[in-house]
Amino acid sequence: MDLIQLQRQLVDYRTSLYHEGFLDEQFTQLQSLQDENNPDFVVEVVSLFFEDSERLLNELSKALEQQIIDFKRMDAQVHQLKGSSSSIGAHRVQKLCIVFRNYCEVHNVEGCLKCLQQVKHEYGIIKTKLESMFQLEQQILNAGGSIPV
Amino acid sequence: MLSGQEDSKNVLCARKSGKGVLAAPFRLLKTNRLGVILTFAVYKRDLPLNATPTERIQATDGYLGGVFDIESLVEKLLQQLASKQTILVNVLDTTNQSYPISMYGSNASNAGLEHVSLLNFGDPFRKHEMRCRFKQKPPWPWLGITTSIGILVIALLVGHIFHATVNRLAKVEDDCHKMMELKKQAEAADVAKSQFLATVSHEIRTPMNGVLGMLHILMDTDLDVTQLDYVRTAQASGKALVALINEVLDQAKIKSGKLELEEVQFDLRAILDDVLSLFSGKSQDKGVELAVYISDQVPQMLIGDPGRFRQIIINLMGNSIKFTEKGHILVTVHLVEEVIDSIEVETESSSENTLSGFPVADRRQSWKGFRTFSQEGSINPFSHSISLIVSVEDTGEGIPLEAQSRVFTPFMQVDPSISRTHGGTGIGLSISKCLVNLMKGEIGFVSIPKIGSTFTFTAVFTSGSSSSKKYKSQQINKMSNSVSSEFYGMRALVMDPRPVRAKVSKYQIRRLGIHVEVVSQWKQGLSSIRRGSNAINMVIIEQEVWDKYLNNSTLFFDTLEKIDYGTPPKVFLLSNSISSSGANISTGVCNMTVIPKPWRASMLAAALQRTMGVGNKGNPCNGQLPSLSLRNLLLGRKILIVDDNNVNLKVAAGALKKYGADVVSATRGIEAIELLTPPHQFDACFMDIQMPEMDGFEATRRIRDMEHNINNRIHHGELSVEAYNNVSNWHVSILAMTADVIQATHEECLRCGMDGYVSKPFEAEQLYREVSRFFQ
Repeated sequence: MDLIQLQRQLVDYRTSLYHEGFLDEQFTQLQSLQDENNPDFVVEVVSLFFEDSERLLNELSKALEQQIIDFKRMDAQVHQLKGSSSSIGAHRVQKLCIVFRNYCEVHNVEGCLKCLQQVKHEYGIIKTKLESMFQLEQQILNAGGSIPV
Repeated sequence: MLSGQEDSKNVLCARKSGKGVLAAPFRLLKTNRLGVILTFAVYKRDLPLNATPTERIQATDGYLGGVFDIESLVEKLLQQLASKQTILVNVLDTTNQSYPISMYGSNASNAGLEHVSLLNFGDPFRKHEMRCRFKQKPPWPWLGITTSIGILVIALLVGHIFHATVNRLAKVEDDCHKMMELKKQAEAADVAKSQFLATVSHEIRTPMNGVLGMLHILMDTDLDVTQLDYVRTAQASGKALVALINEVLDQAKIKSGKLELEEVQFDLRAILDDVLSLFSGKSQDKGVELAVYISDQVPQMLIGDPGRFRQIIINLMGNSIKFTEKGHILVTVHLVEEVIDSIEVETESSSENTLSGFPVADRRQSWKGFRTFSQEGSINPFSHSISLIVSVEDTGEGIPLEAQSRVFTPFMQVDPSISRTHGGTGIGLSISKCLVNLMKGEIGFVSIPKIGSTFTFTAVFTSGSSSSKKYKSQQINKMSNSVSSEFYGMRALVMDPRPVRAKVSKYQIRRLGIHVEVVSQWKQGLSSIRRGSNAINMVIIEQEVWDKYLNNSTLFFDTLEKIDYGTPPKVFLLSNSISSSGANISTGVCNMTVIPKPWRASMLAAALQRTMGVGNKGNPCNGQLPSLSLRNLLLGRKILIVDDNNVNLKVAAGALKKYGADVVSATRGIEAIELLTPPHQFDACFMDIQMPEMDGFEATRRIRDMEHNINNRIHHGELSVEAYNNVSNWHVSILAMTADVIQATHEECLRCGMDGYVSKPFEAEQLYREVSRFFQ
């Protein structure tokens, strides 16, 4: 595919992510922090986010499988997840974390399980989408072009 | 006597039987009446009952005979029995059946009923009969007949009535049921209609908003003058349509009783400023002076429904603007208590003593019928409720007398041509009335054709204090809050011959905290300026004064120039139209700034800022400004970021690095304490609050304790100040980073020694604001 088309595809893809509520303007802020001093800033942050989130989601799954559920600890972990998703602008994940925290506060196991499933699901989606976006960007760079803002 | 064969036979029979014997009747000698003789045989001795006739004949001694006068006998006997009715009695000797012998009674014809009874005189051989009958025929028993007929009739009638009643009841019940059914259907239809109307209106609103939105965007693109004009016209029509739909929806809501008022804190003066600016264009075009006056006693913040209050005022003012071609429109807001007191004072207000000099309808008439005023002490002293009375006074055409009674009915307009010339559907006033009623107030008006109308309404709110956390507070006009501090204490001189208008001007100026002196003659003003004991910072001149006296006079400005006690006062002209002589008129040395009417405090403040050079500098209105300023602030600064979340850490670090800061990251409170132990090179620290091992508050507390400790020791000479970079008062700026900004957190932050807080993730303006506080 030629460069112009790739670039257009990237712009459309990004716009759709915003429109569908996957990303919010915090992600734009993140992108604005990337410059020639910091060329891979966004990718680095997002990778960090992926590592962190996977770790947290695993711990949350384990916590919910226990006999006695430590809600307090779970709450702290969901808080972490909420914080990091809000920092990169993963809008849907962040919103779900808020709901998740509510369930933790009232010690509602059913709700927590349901929320965890949803968060995992949304996380999966956003991860795939961001990875696709990065791939597109990489393709553009390989073709010698620059990433449109 | 006793002659005849029969008689002797009888006697002989009597002798034989021992019983009495009656002879045939014959005429008695003396009286010539009929009589009979009863003959008994007298025996010598008592005979037993079964004695034979022979024995009886033998024992006969003689005979005893008694004469019966039949007539007198019958009469005497029957006299007693006759009673009222005349009874005819015939006594007959019927021994011989075919030839009865009448012994008594007339031989009247046998008419009617006859009662026959047998008489027994004791003679077995003779038969006697007595026939009785009424002389007169018995009369018809009229009473009985009538009574029974009457009873029959009555019974029939009663039966009929009963029957009819039962029928009627049944019919009425039936009808009632039918009516209930119909009523339910009608109500359902009404509800359905309202719902339909609401739904349709709502549906219409959505695409309408789309159209308006697009027009708005279109206006921002490159358009030539004609196109711009077309777009503006289309927008105006669209907005009118949306307003109409909103009115209809409001009407439907009110009718279904679903309209509810909000309880929100709001600033009354800000709302009226808004409304004033809304109508300023139109009023300027028409040459009508618009002014707002709010009494000082009305509190700053009120709790109620600002949107609906606005709606009422806009409706009233809109009406005024529509029908006023000259003069003024004055909106006043007072407390009800103020007005009640003034009612007692019957001031004869001259028609010249109004805002524009044109006569107005006496506003006191508009609240004449209000119940709030007629009841003494109806105002509840210990509630926090504030009763406001708002008047909108105009000098327009007025409402014709015959239409005045219908003013508040929906869809009523004075004239069918009104909607053609002015637009509108006529629902506005009825909606306003409903809203006023919901606000527990009353609305009234007085209108004199060709003079003007004054509409007045009352409303009840509760007083809102700015520290009340229960209610959401509306966006307080930033200008009025921040500006008032800058001009506080300045002095202004207002030149205006009309007291009412001067009062309005005074109110607006005092909102900025400026002292006001009013003079009606410009010469007086000059002397005030010259006096110079209290320096006048600004002179505000009404257009009228300018036109009449000062336009061609150089005396005024010469005097101003010659002021020798500091800067000469700035001069402002309150002008009726923008087009008059541009924004800055320079006359000689003194420049005069024009403030177009209708004006409000914020406009004066803006003008003052421009001329005096006081005021908010660097109020960032676009995104560019903060980042540049932030760059200036943060370049080269060493900043510590503490957050247990790696992602947050990285993002925050990246943001700060972009502004040129030298960033160090830490993930635990302990690390932060270590890094911030004096001596260190850090200029500031951003600390996350929620961290697992040691939270931000605890870390900050410890850091402050540590600093305090070291500062003390340096002070007492225990530690040498050189070892601590020659700094003897260590206090590193610590800002909290928090995702949830709650009031409580803010207080907690301050309590443990933090210097401020920013939200996570960073927001440029807020960051700038906080950081600029300690980096200059």
